[in-house]
Amino acid sequence: MKHEELDEALDSFGDALASATRVTPGNALRPEDIAVDGVKPSEEVARYALTLGDDALILAQRMSHWISRAPELEEDVALGNIALDILGHARSFLTYAGLAWDKTEDELAYWREEEEFTSLWIVEQPNGHFGVTIIRQLIVSIFQNLLYKQLAQSKDETLAAISAKAVKEVDYHRDHAIQWTIRLGMGTEESASKMRHALEILWPYVDEMFRDEEVHQDLAGIAVLPSTLRGAWDEEITAVLADAGLEIPATGQAMAYGRRGEHSEHLGYLLAEMQVLARKHPGASW
Amino acid sequence: MAPTTPQEPGLSAVPSYEEEQSQARFDALIDQDSRVEPRDWMPEKYRKTLSRQISQHAHSEIIGMQPEANWITRAPSLKRKSILMAKVQDEAGHGLYLYSAAETLGTTRDEYNEQLLSGKAKYSSIFNYPARTWADMGAIGWLVDGAAIANQVPLCRASYGPYGRAMVRVCKEESFHQRQGFEILLSLSRGTEAQKKMAQDAINRFYEPSLMMFGPPDDQSPNSQQSMAWKIKRFSNDELRQRFVGMIAEQVKVLGLTLPDPQLHFDEEKKQWIHKDLNWDEFMAVIKGNGPANAQRLERRREAHREGAWVREAAAAYAAKQARSEVA
Amino acid sequence: MSQQSNWPLWEVFVRSSRGLSHVHAGSLHAPDQQMALRNARDLYTRRNEGVSLWVVKSSDIISSDPGEKDSFFESPQGKDYRHATYYKASEGVKHL
Repeated sequence: MKHEELDEALDSFGDALASATRVTPGNALRPEDIAVDGVKPSEEVARYALTLGDDALILAQRMSHWISRAPELEEDVALGNIALDILGHARSFLTYAGLAWDKTEDELAYWREEEEFTSLWIVEQPNGHFGVTIIRQLIVSIFQNLLYKQLAQSKDETLAAISAKAVKEVDYHRDHAIQWTIRLGMGTEESASKMRHALEILWPYVDEMFRDEEVHQDLAGIAVLPSTLRGAWDEEITAVLADAGLEIPATGQAMAYGRRGEHSEHLGYLLAEMQVLARKHPGASW
Repeated sequence: MAPTTPQEPGLSAVPSYEEEQSQARFDALIDQDSRVEPRDWMPEKYRKTLSRQISQHAHSEIIGMQPEANWITRAPSLKRKSILMAKVQDEAGHGLYLYSAAETLGTTRDEYNEQLLSGKAKYSSIFNYPARTWADMGAIGWLVDGAAIANQVPLCRASYGPYGRAMVRVCKEESFHQRQGFEILLSLSRGTEAQKKMAQDAINRFYEPSLMMFGPPDDQSPNSQQSMAWKIKRFSNDELRQRFVGMIAEQVKVLGLTLPDPQLHFDEEKKQWIHKDLNWDEFMAVIKGNGPANAQRLERRREAHREGAWVREAAAAYAAKQARSEVA
Repeated sequence: MSQQSNWPLWEVFVRSSRGLSHVHAGSLHAPDQQMALRNARDLYTRRNEGVSLWVVKSSDIISSDPGEKDSFFESPQGKDYRHATYYKASEGVKHL
């Protein structure tokens, strides 16, 4: 059946439902628009955009693994939405960064080596059980929400536009993580204990998120210095954990330098899986 | 029904006056092409047929997520990764729309889920084949979703209201699924030799199973007649298969690829498509649980259910605590 | 699996745009109101279908009994004087 025929057929017997199933693509900023209309960023801005793109890409790759494995079907859909949002952010930032080097989002995602990835350690940490994923989401989404909120005011218009869309989505991811943290923290003894464990294994990667690196220098008014977000982040996550009957764990901090291309052992496997097919067919389009 | 058979409550061997009246009202709704709604009286067999059909359909959506989820993390471009993720997520959504319709028949989703996990319930046998290559994402979208749409569009007019409404929603979203599959194959067929070969191989593997998605030939499909009379089904298995094979025979030319069926042609005299004999023995074997991936598919569902138990329990416990503190 | 871990069923209503009523879209399972609302957003508005959502616990809905259709919905039948089309004598009078 032709697409138009199908639509017509459906409309004819879907009258009563028409208003509840009317769909529109919306008019938000898409990676494709950035590729076409985007202004070329400077080398410094591109390197900064790459860090944001890499964080989002690796996190999206992790989150996408959940679809078809979630604790309940409704949660498959919820996690799917979150993974799709984050992948969208990755595509936008990578597309923008790539303009500086005449590289596409795919060239950056599939053809760089592990040491060229600038993502944080927290995003490459394995999904673990649902509680680990939720705590990772809590840590990252509160961070990204603060970050994108500020970045939406950046003097760099493209970074500002990508962030202005992203911040609304991340705000929802944050809410999702908070809702679950509270339920699992306050649910059963088993769930509370699993959440305490999740906090312990992920907390060592918190400090890295807030470390100012070389890539953040010389971008006053354009980039956000991560260290400036720490106070607000601490305050917010402490309050959420308190509501959930949980506490910040007394763990040390890992010497994590993802921004410099030094990664935990997890990233290699993640990239091997992500890149395997594309690399088998150099020059192919899909 | 023989008088010695144990009776279901409220049912007597001889229909009462009320039952006759109810049956007459039901028949009139079907005759007038109106819709039966959840709280209407309906014959027990109608309820069971629908309950089985809608839940099987829902299970198929849920199990059907797996072959494609298998390629999300390896999708060869970020755009394809987004599309595939959205599609697999839609399938979870479709499963939920359908369980939602099925629950109006008086069976809970937990019960349906139990039927699936215990291996008692059936689902579309095609999902018991492994998705070996990226091209399978194309073949599944084009052929499997294509066959599903051909099957499902008439179901939008099914006599049971909630089923029809769920199907309208499903069909609107499915139309994107088939197109994206076709475009994956189109890109591959215009690509390198290796890509083209991958595309042809996927079509070769999915062609026959997709034709069998419409079910056994009409003369071997005993339940179809009753479903047609109840206006749950609007076209027979063979009618739908004919329509589908006619469409893909044309579409494959655009791809520059072939269907693995040299004898496929339209017989002008009989006014029908003649295709190869389908391997119904294999079909039955797969339905019975002996397909290449049956065990894997079910175990994945069981694992998700098992691993998620503590989460569902915790959320329920939290809700109960909240409810208690509101009362207090 | 204990029975208590079963999440209740919720009905979802979607307002597709301002000026229109909320329309029943389907149902879903969620442990509580807050999660029900979020699940509804994720499940029923993936394609910009809505600007507002309602969720109601299915067990809280009271519905009319289709078996009582005759007595419940008979009264308006035959009262055509409730409709403007009943009034023929004034036909042709402007702005009326």
